[in-house]
Amino acid sequence: MTAEAGPPLLEVRGLGKRFGGFVALEGIDLTIAKGERLGLIGPNGSGKSTLVNCLTGTLHNETGSIHFEGKDLRGLIAHERTRLGLARSFQLPKPFHSMSLADNVRIPLLYTVNARQRHALSDAQIDERCQELLSHVNLADKARRRPRDLTQVEMRKLELARAVATQPTLLFADEAMAGLSHSEIEEILAVLLRLNEEGITIVLIEHIMSAVMSFSTRLMVLVAGHKIADGPPQEAIRNPEVERAYLGE
Amino acid sequence: MRVSNSLFWVLIVAVGTVFVVASRLTITNEYFYFAGYVVLEYIVLSTAWNILGGYTGYTNFGTGAFFAAGAYSAAVLHKLPATLHKTFDITMAPVPLPVMIVAGGLVSGLMGLGTGYLTLRLRGVFFAIATLAFTIVVQTLIVNWDYVGGSRGIYIIRPANAPLGGGYIQYLFSLMTLLAVVSVGIARTIERSRFGLGLNSIRDDELAAEASGVPTLRMKLISTALSGALMGMAGAPLPYYVTYLDPASSFNLAYAVNSVAMPVIGGMQSWIGPVIGSILLGTIQQLATVTISSALNLLIVGVLLILFVVIAPNGIVGLVQAWRRREA
Repeated sequence: MTAEAGPPLLEVRGLGKRFGGFVALEGIDLTIAKGERLGLIGPNGSGKSTLVNCLTGTLHNETGSIHFEGKDLRGLIAHERTRLGLARSFQLPKPFHSMSLADNVRIPLLYTVNARQRHALSDAQIDERCQELLSHVNLADKARRRPRDLTQVEMRKLELARAVATQPTLLFADEAMAGLSHSEIEEILAVLLRLNEEGITIVLIEHIMSAVMSFSTRLMVLVAGHKIADGPPQEAIRNPEVERAYLGE
Repeated sequence: MRVSNSLFWVLIVAVGTVFVVASRLTITNEYFYFAGYVVLEYIVLSTAWNILGGYTGYTNFGTGAFFAAGAYSAAVLHKLPATLHKTFDITMAPVPLPVMIVAGGLVSGLMGLGTGYLTLRLRGVFFAIATLAFTIVVQTLIVNWDYVGGSRGIYIIRPANAPLGGGYIQYLFSLMTLLAVVSVGIARTIERSRFGLGLNSIRDDELAAEASGVPTLRMKLISTALSGALMGMAGAPLPYYVTYLDPASSFNLAYAVNSVAMPVIGGMQSWIGPVIGSILLGTIQQLATVTISSALNLLIVGVLLILFVVIAPNGIVGLVQAWRRREA
């Protein structure tokens, strides 16, 4: 899906976050258009996950503003932002380990989709939707199993399925391919590309450059809490500052 | 067989009624009412504890505070008519025990709500330590509150006549049966509801729950308030049971230890776990008290708790489920 013209989906101005004396993010400006596939890269500790945490409401940013679909997100906590359409997957998968895979995706359906809609989904509709979400990531046959029975790539897929169950407009996939083999990375990329085709704008936070380059239509680079590049992927990685950050002086 | 919620409520109310009627018809020795009351009290306490500890994943060592708050609320209401008469020359009828139970529930429920706000900043072991410290704070306040007897305690004279016929201990036994039925019914209803699933998601991973749209703070507040309220309701009849209420016994650590141990031994994932744990441990403790020594009670609990944590961390219910899976 190509980025749509018109008002931005997400608009961030001058975002800053500190942990005591440590400046994790400073003066971050970011605009994301509907339908975009944005790659977000940077060395470890550059502030990628902190930025996602601030945008999704897990952390509170001290400075700057965040507007999503024109709505100011100030004061909204994580579950309220999820209900608006901002979803995320976690760098380390965080499944609900005591529940079946079906219940893992049932939670967002009950608490986000049903909370958003005037007419709540019936139990039968929810069951059907759970099955549908799991079959999208080839986990339908394991719907009654627990997350402990899953492989690493299946765990990542469950993480994505649970995020998608919130029916998001914007999805942050935080290192969804970390620790996976080449073929498994291809599987996750295929899932993400399909989700984008279905209309979900995706921000991919990733270290695996081949995956980021093949997926992204735009690339943003963070170093030490500052944005040093933002543009078409090929241009962004040739930026001298980016080369310096990754390859050294 | 899947039992619907309304059918379950009908069943446990019927079981409770049959239990009370049968006990009135068959038991003549009052000791059995005293012993049974304690077991029923632990069913309420451990079920209440499990709503926060088992379903939501927040370990509460402050059972004593909520329980005693209920007991002292009842003591205050017991003294109220005499105080009003003496101070303002106002005549007031004695407050009925069911009203005291509701009041005890409200006071402890509000305390639970306050504890819920601790979860904003404290999780895991830090929350558990905070609840233990909370017990000490509440106990210190009571020790220094002269109106309810301070550290020396307060004598409570039971009303001469018990409602529902029979002796007063039989009345207390019936009320505690009702409280046990209500608390088990509430726990089971929560367990099978959307709310219960939400609480479980908080227990499994709070960040992921929040990211899935679960309003974690609101749900934790409901959980702590409900758990606290049920504990307070269990404590409200205590002054009439012991007839002498003092901080040392009403804040006894045994309440906290037992209300943790019973769900752990029975199984924390299901409403039946705390019930099994309470009946098992409560009965063993009562037997040990009359046959060996009352000092042995906590030793038995401690040894069983260690055994279960090591050998069967999912409790008796977990053992049965594992056995069923193997058979299937």
